[in-house]
Amino acid sequence: MAGKTLIKNIKNVRLHSSTIDNKEMLHFKKFVDQWWDEFGELKPLHAMNKIRLPWIRESLVTCNKMEDPSLPLKGYTILDVGCGGGILSEPLAKVGANVTGLDANVDLINSAKVHANLHKVNVNYVASSVEDHVQDNFEKYDAVIASEVIEHVTNKQEFLKACVQCLKPKGSIFLTTINKTWQANLATISLAENVINAIPKGTHQYEKFATPHELQRILEEYNCRTEVVHGTMYNFLTNTWHWWFNPSITYAMRAVKLDK
Amino acid sequence: MTSLKHICKQAFIKPNNKHFFLKRNIASTTLNENYSNNYDIIIAGGGIVGCSLACTLGKNNKLSNKRILLIESSKNTPFTLPEKYSNRVVSLNPGTKKLLTDIDAWRHIESARFGIVKRLQVTDALSDASICFGEETSSENVSYIIENNLLIYAVKKELERLKNVEVLYEEKIKEYHLPDAAESHVNLHLENGGQYSCDLLIGCDGLNSRVREAMGVQYLNWNYNNVGIVATLKFSEEINNCIAWQRFLPTGPLALLPLTSSMSSLVWATTKEHAQQLLGMSNEQFVDALNEALWKVYQRSNIIDRTLKAFDTLLRASNIPADLHRRYPPKIDSIDGRARFPLGFGHATNYIGKGVALVGDAAHRIHPLAGQGVNLGFGDISCLNKVLSDAIYAGSSLGNVSFLRDYESERQKYNVGMMAVVEGMYRLYRTDFTPIVLLRSLGLQATDVFYPIKKMMVNQASL
Repeated sequence: MAGKTLIKNIKNVRLHSSTIDNKEMLHFKKFVDQWWDEFGELKPLHAMNKIRLPWIRESLVTCNKMEDPSLPLKGYTILDVGCGGGILSEPLAKVGANVTGLDANVDLINSAKVHANLHKVNVNYVASSVEDHVQDNFEKYDAVIASEVIEHVTNKQEFLKACVQCLKPKGSIFLTTINKTWQANLATISLAENVINAIPKGTHQYEKFATPHELQRILEEYNCRTEVVHGTMYNFLTNTWHWWFNPSITYAMRAVKLDK
Repeated sequence: MTSLKHICKQAFIKPNNKHFFLKRNIASTTLNENYSNNYDIIIAGGGIVGCSLACTLGKNNKLSNKRILLIESSKNTPFTLPEKYSNRVVSLNPGTKKLLTDIDAWRHIESARFGIVKRLQVTDALSDASICFGEETSSENVSYIIENNLLIYAVKKELERLKNVEVLYEEKIKEYHLPDAAESHVNLHLENGGQYSCDLLIGCDGLNSRVREAMGVQYLNWNYNNVGIVATLKFSEEINNCIAWQRFLPTGPLALLPLTSSMSSLVWATTKEHAQQLLGMSNEQFVDALNEALWKVYQRSNIIDRTLKAFDTLLRASNIPADLHRRYPPKIDSIDGRARFPLGFGHATNYIGKGVALVGDAAHRIHPLAGQGVNLGFGDISCLNKVLSDAIYAGSSLGNVSFLRDYESERQKYNVGMMAVVEGMYRLYRTDFTPIVLLRSLGLQATDVFYPIKKMMVNQASL
């Protein structure tokens, strides 16, 4: 989710945090009021739930192990890093998961709390960076998700290290992001931001994009085996996401933390 | 709380009322402090489709922690199976039977009564062309003929066992407030002053749907200048009654649907004037008119007869004869319970909106000539049930448009196709213009011998 790793103002800035970019924070602060408008500026993120939630659910749980069919993720603890207004955290909680939503932006976390209260969804929202969060939450989660976040993170190495540290052994880390290719640059910045305005201007910087191999290499360093890399595709005309064979524009990946 | 007062009043003033128990249930839940008038799903309209939808959703284990409310304006009249057959029947295809079996309602029908169609024979009064689907000796059935009131009783019997579905009888909805971009709930005001809200409102309120009106969607519709006449028919002797007969007369199609070995149900679509005449007749006169309609040899064009004969010879020469044993419809002896109903066409351009969906006749209405109307409604039910499961499984709200749109596009694709075929048939058989009659007869004859196409048609109509 765009905007997750942002800080609101000097009071809240984790001065030692190397993963958070102040400019990003200012950009995403603009969306505090619009976060939950299904057809607003962030509609691609809402639409993405339709593929990423079933993906996460099916990766974590198989039908025959399910205790309660109406709450398939019951008993799973999940950390949603860079949760923003909670577009992914709330549905995860609704399917039974015990979700912690993490975002450095206090404004966003506050608006996420208000929304969750209003809709009677139980999500534990925390305004913090993932490096701080791991201090008290080492190896606590069954799954860590950073969806549409890593393309806004400056220091990917530190960021992924902290994410993996939050994960229990055998737990899964889920990432969705933008590839560092000319096709991605053309599609997500030149076209989506500047021509068809499907994404607000200034959301992405090409330098911060990462290829699946880069992320895979970092994850390997922290004892994670990449299980899946799969391309995704956004159709801005119908506002729908699809799985696509080609990961050259946007992709989703899942890695498993190995036992020591 | 007005609704609480109202419900209690109803319950205590009319303790002899048959639906006393249901009312009491709701009243006692009202007293529970957790109770609120906020439901996950509210279904407006408790007809065949509304009740079946409530039952299907109520039995879906992915929706087991959702609260569902069905609001019906009529009384909940108790049902005991009368000896006399009702003249209002529906033809259910195998897909619909499967859905009813899945929700356990079929066993109540099975233990009561229903007719089986193993073969459907369609003929044209203006030529010798005919087409048939299915075989009398086959183990597969083409469709099942069930009385409307028995069907709804069977579904209600299962519905009453569900804890997560509540039913309000004799309540009319006065106003619908559908959510705009910022809101997430649908609000309903009842005529008695009660207020309810829900995440998803489903309109099963029939062809004059008020939910559809509140959605403000475009509704393409027209009335046929035709009416349908229904009656229960008795034969002079017992026969192996498993063939549904349909004859296209110049005034409209006539169909006999098997009920028992000596009884069938009649559905006869004809012009308004002719219907007026038919309904004014004595029973004996009506039987005569009916037998004439079934057997009368209309004046035919020589060209059509000759061409068809030549075509038949050609088919025989190619070793693909059409029909070796031609069957003839039974002779009608007496009738019972005539009634009429209007016929029309209608289709809503949108089935869904934020927090709202239309199901069954509220979304589409077709000519009964193919017996598909209620089956389309049941198709809607199983599709919506699947889509809502997906939405729940993705942690989405039930009123989420991106999921509801899946329901809309899947059902419109199917329904519009079926409606176009039925409408096309209706128009094709409305005329007695010789070239058209010739073409349709050749087409029918050719389709009859072309097995793959026939198989495809049966499969499409069985979904």
